Amino acid sequence: MTETGEISRFAARFFKEVFKPPYEFRELLRQSYEIGWNSLPLVGLTGFIMGLVLTLQTRPTLVEFGAESWMPSMVGIAIIREIGPVITALICAGRVGSSIGAELGSMKVTEQIDAMEVSGTNPFKYLVITRVVAATLMLPLLVIMADAVALFGSYLVENLKGAVSFELYFSQVFEFLNFGDVIPSITKSFFFGFAIGLIGCYKGYFSKKGTEGVGKAANTAVVVTSVLVFILDFIAVLVADIFYEL
Amino acid sequence: MGQTLYQHIDEANEALDRSKAVIEVENLSKSFGDNHVLQNFNLILKEGENLVVLGKSGSGKSVLIKCIVGLIGIDSGKINVLGKNIPGLEQEELDRLRAEIGFLFQGSALYDSMTVRENLEFPLRRHVAKFGENVDSLQLVREALHSVGLEETMDLMPAELSGGMKKRVALARALILKPKIIFYDEPTSGLDPITAKEICYLMLELQQKFHTSSLIITHDMECARITSNRVVILIDGQNYAQGDYRELENSKDPNIKAFFK
Repeated sequence: MTETGEISRFAARFFKEVFKPPYEFRELLRQSYEIGWNSLPLVGLTGFIMGLVLTLQTRPTLVEFGAESWMPSMVGIAIIREIGPVITALICAGRVGSSIGAELGSMKVTEQIDAMEVSGTNPFKYLVITRVVAATLMLPLLVIMADAVALFGSYLVENLKGAVSFELYFSQVFEFLNFGDVIPSITKSFFFGFAIGLIGCYKGYFSKKGTEGVGKAANTAVVVTSVLVFILDFIAVLVADIFYEL
Repeated sequence: MGQTLYQHIDEANEALDRSKAVIEVENLSKSFGDNHVLQNFNLILKEGENLVVLGKSGSGKSVLIKCIVGLIGIDSGKINVLGKNIPGLEQEELDRLRAEIGFLFQGSALYDSMTVRENLEFPLRRHVAKFGENVDSLQLVREALHSVGLEETMDLMPAELSGGMKKRVALARALILKPKIIFYDEPTSGLDPITAKEICYLMLELQQKFHTSSLIITHDMECARITSNRVVILIDGQNYAQGDYRELENSKDPNIKAFFK
């Protein structure tokens, strides 16, 4: 409970300082490159395998019921609404959350954060705000990329097993997709990114007990963020359902 | 021998303007839970002076300088740095004041992800206006590295430097804003005796070259002997004794003698 309060205070400080100058654009770009571009291979590979496996696993059942023509739309909705954002967020929780937690934790115990403060730079702005904003902005882009690659993986299976053409597959995917599927998915990705950046920074920024604390910061950043991704996903689904019913 | 050993202290003491205090600490108290680290601690650093604070490990020396630069909040007391009351300063004012302060951290605290050049340029980002409109930051970096004899390390990463080189680069970073006061937190810790001595003489050289006042936290007696104009001994969170190195070295007080054995 105490930690929840501290994380909320940390988040409140983020919102208080994020719009105040000076802005650290150069560091924001560097972090966006680090979080976004450097996560592409892992997110892409996972997305591709996700599309392959989902299609391979589902296909026999659909064939049994003579419903294989529904495969593209079913896989498309599953990936775009749920699997793409959640799997991408979990991968980034592992890769980005742990990296931010360890980096800031190590900077804390080696007094680099103090050195930054003494040199007249607000370390919260330079280290925390840039990372949280970069994670918030990059996650949706990674999710879009993961969705696209996953659908391509699914198409390859459909093409090999059912001789479905590229045009037919993707026209089937988009025929049953609407903004009500895409918008909530992208919106919740922003929240996932925010949670990954915020928890990673919080754990690193307040890490204690030397190198042991650095390891703990990296580890707990991943655990807490992963749980938070599922909680946020549940809330997002509930909110999206309310909008569907309106 | 005695004359040669302490000649620099006599010369510096003669040159000191004793009327000008750049740091005044009055009745400073700081506790962490039940651990009363500093209790009514008093200290004055005069302009151009090298003041060494001696104390055992864990006696609160580092807490003292972190309180003085505003990195740690205090429980009670007054801290005046260059005429500004530190606990009462807004963040912006504190940041402006920090342009006049250099800080050498115990573990050097160089930014791992930046080159030596970027490390030195970092303090200039906020305070470059101090040097006027058309300042060449690369030139300032070169000058600072030249002062510590490490110009060739400009494009190296901190991981590629030895312990002594890291200290020198950190010292160059502390000097780059041409501060009026430099804080040294255990400047010789983790160094071999020869490199430690080199760093101490470099500190003296820089004091004379840039006319800075220095507050040096250490438990290295050789470092204290070389660098100090005056020594304060911190025991049980209080300013237990002060004087020049020779006076304290010849003291009959067992608590003071323990440092000089």
